[in-house]
Amino acid sequence: MRHIISVLMENEPGALSRVVGLFSQRNFNIESLTVAPTEDSTLSRLTVTTIGSDRVIEQITKQLNKLIDVVKVVDLTEGDHVERELMMIKLKASGQMRAEIKRTADIFRGQIIDVTPTTYTVQLTGASDKLDAFIETLGAAHIMEVVRTGVSGLSRGEKVLSI
Amino acid sequence: MEQLSGGEMLIRALKDEGVKHIYGYPGGALLHIYDALFQQGDVQHVLVRHEQAATHMADAYARATGKAGVALVTSGPGATNAVTGIATAYMDSIPMVVITGQVMSTLIGEDAFQETDMIGVSRPVVKHSFSVQNPEDIPSIIKKAFHIAESGRPGPVVVDIPKDMTNPTDRFNYEYPKSIKLRSYNPVSRGHSGQIKKAVDMVLGAKRLVIYAGGGVILGGASKELTELAQLLNAPVTNTLMGLGGYPGTDRQFIGMLGMHGSYEANMAMHHADLILAVGARFDDRVTNGVDKFCPTAKIIHVDIDPASISKTIKADVPIVGPAKHVLNEMVTLVKDSKKQPEKEAVDSWWKQIDEWRTRHGGHYRTDDSEKMKPQQVIEMLSKVTGGDAYICSDVGQHQMFAAQYYKFNKPNRWINSGGLGTMGFGLPAAMGVKMNFPDEEVVCVTGEGSIQMNIQELSTISQYNIPLKVICLNNQSLGMVRQWQDMNYESRHSHSYMESLPDFIKLAEAYGHVGMKVDKYEDLEAAMTKAFAMKDRMVFMDITVDPFEHVYPMQVPRGSMRDMWLSKTERT
Repeated sequence: MRHIISVLMENEPGALSRVVGLFSQRNFNIESLTVAPTEDSTLSRLTVTTIGSDRVIEQITKQLNKLIDVVKVVDLTEGDHVERELMMIKLKASGQMRAEIKRTADIFRGQIIDVTPTTYTVQLTGASDKLDAFIETLGAAHIMEVVRTGVSGLSRGEKVLSI
Repeated sequence: MEQLSGGEMLIRALKDEGVKHIYGYPGGALLHIYDALFQQGDVQHVLVRHEQAATHMADAYARATGKAGVALVTSGPGATNAVTGIATAYMDSIPMVVITGQVMSTLIGEDAFQETDMIGVSRPVVKHSFSVQNPEDIPSIIKKAFHIAESGRPGPVVVDIPKDMTNPTDRFNYEYPKSIKLRSYNPVSRGHSGQIKKAVDMVLGAKRLVIYAGGGVILGGASKELTELAQLLNAPVTNTLMGLGGYPGTDRQFIGMLGMHGSYEANMAMHHADLILAVGARFDDRVTNGVDKFCPTAKIIHVDIDPASISKTIKADVPIVGPAKHVLNEMVTLVKDSKKQPEKEAVDSWWKQIDEWRTRHGGHYRTDDSEKMKPQQVIEMLSKVTGGDAYICSDVGQHQMFAAQYYKFNKPNRWINSGGLGTMGFGLPAAMGVKMNFPDEEVVCVTGEGSIQMNIQELSTISQYNIPLKVICLNNQSLGMVRQWQDMNYESRHSHSYMESLPDFIKLAEAYGHVGMKVDKYEDLEAAMTKAFAMKDRMVFMDITVDPFEHVYPMQVPRGSMRDMWLSKTERT
């Protein structure tokens, strides 16, 4: 099953490599990974999506917690949560496709953030499956380049991950 | 306030941490530090002949004392040579602080002479590591390094110091922190009382209880508590390879080591148990054999300081995260106060069964199938001559298993071996590390002619510091454990397990200024060994010829259950 694991860790050199190293060393899988400092500049928040059995996920959270740089770990998928991913996608846009892309982007609530006579770059935010759907709808023939940030997420309601 | 350079601060911080010996080898990146070492007399440096030996010496000191050992190695090859020793300590959860030199901070990343990314290279085999970026951080980093290495589940910590951090002309106020707090690291200090109650209730209700105790009991200083609990319950105790000495080896309730080369009675008892109390053990593959067939009728209580060890390979019914000493102590109190007591009839019949198993095999081996001495006889003689009271530092292979099976350890911290990583070459430097710190104790390196050659250069260090340990080399002229597997699984095709061109170990020992003794016949063994141990101020290398065809038994059948074992070359369960 897919899990989203949020990690609060010291914003120190080498901390990220310990997390990434742990995943490869113990043969855990990484689907996506995103990391940036939080409002407290001494802390970074890392979000990793991974797929594994309950036993593997339990080991992942326990092993992450063992890292000295890691302050807190939570598996967001254990409770209600919101998740978002941002994608920028560059598309061949000429002739009739210009209008078609604009319409599709509107349906998906995307924004066109760069325009040239032959291309559009669309910015789209949502859960990962929505971004997948947008790519599928437009078809590979029109896609020039795709960049995705990986998943970020928060628990719903009062629940927070902080020290 | 006193003004010190980075190099001086490092040495002073070690002194303030209570460090007496450090083991190391100098090099370009360490020159400032070695100059600071030269100008003081509090911290004694021991010059090894290879950095791997420095780490094993520090490691063995930690295994014998419970305090972190310290190694000092230079950048590049010095650091990479230390990696095997760091990994050895990591696998066995041994507290150690390894200080590695680094090229100047301005040169990092430029492929400078003797540059290695030691933080990166060592990352998978350390508990934590630090890279010094400001000289004034050195005292607090050293304090943190010791705190992390020694607390919780112990482990090695690397401190990487670029050369310019130790520059003698840059001086700073020195103050060693009294204590340190890390917001992201708070190891547990006690077990959950509800879980402990539950465990006690189960233990008192069990009909066929086995206590399975590992290295965590030794590391956690919990032997006394373990012994008390086991004796209150009249429960059989088995130790892992790492746990030997955690329960007295000559006590009636001790049923031997368990696992791949565990005793017949220990493995049978595990398989038939209805409750297993695991303490400071991690159900590793050399213990469990096939996990799907592991102890089919047993419930499992698992006490460990590391939550990640619990339910990693075998699911625990009652997990207890906490230090062994605290949890066992609580259990002792609760058992004493409880109205409920183990059902006497059930316990008696369990012991009757175990004693039957004990009689069936009981560590029996044949002496009539070869003219040559048996390695088991040598270990039994060693146990007799040293009164079972020596520090036994083992290398890796058949001799290690024979030592584990036939030397009866009655005290903790005296069985010193590389259990997790299985590092050949560990034994000799380990014995050096122990003997230097316990000069009045008997310290023995049990080794084979294969392992000893992996760090044989340390015979020179032994001369320099006059470390009168004893080497017991079980010489079977082959890599015995490899050969045994080839006999059992590869139709005796002995691919590269034969040691040709062995040196004359007697002459070799003598060349380094030591005493060499050769023993070929069992009749001569006792006299020779007694003579060797009587030479209190000399290192004696005993080269003992043993039967090259001997195998270690029992041996579990791969992927079988705990009870599936070969008991001899011809007999199987």
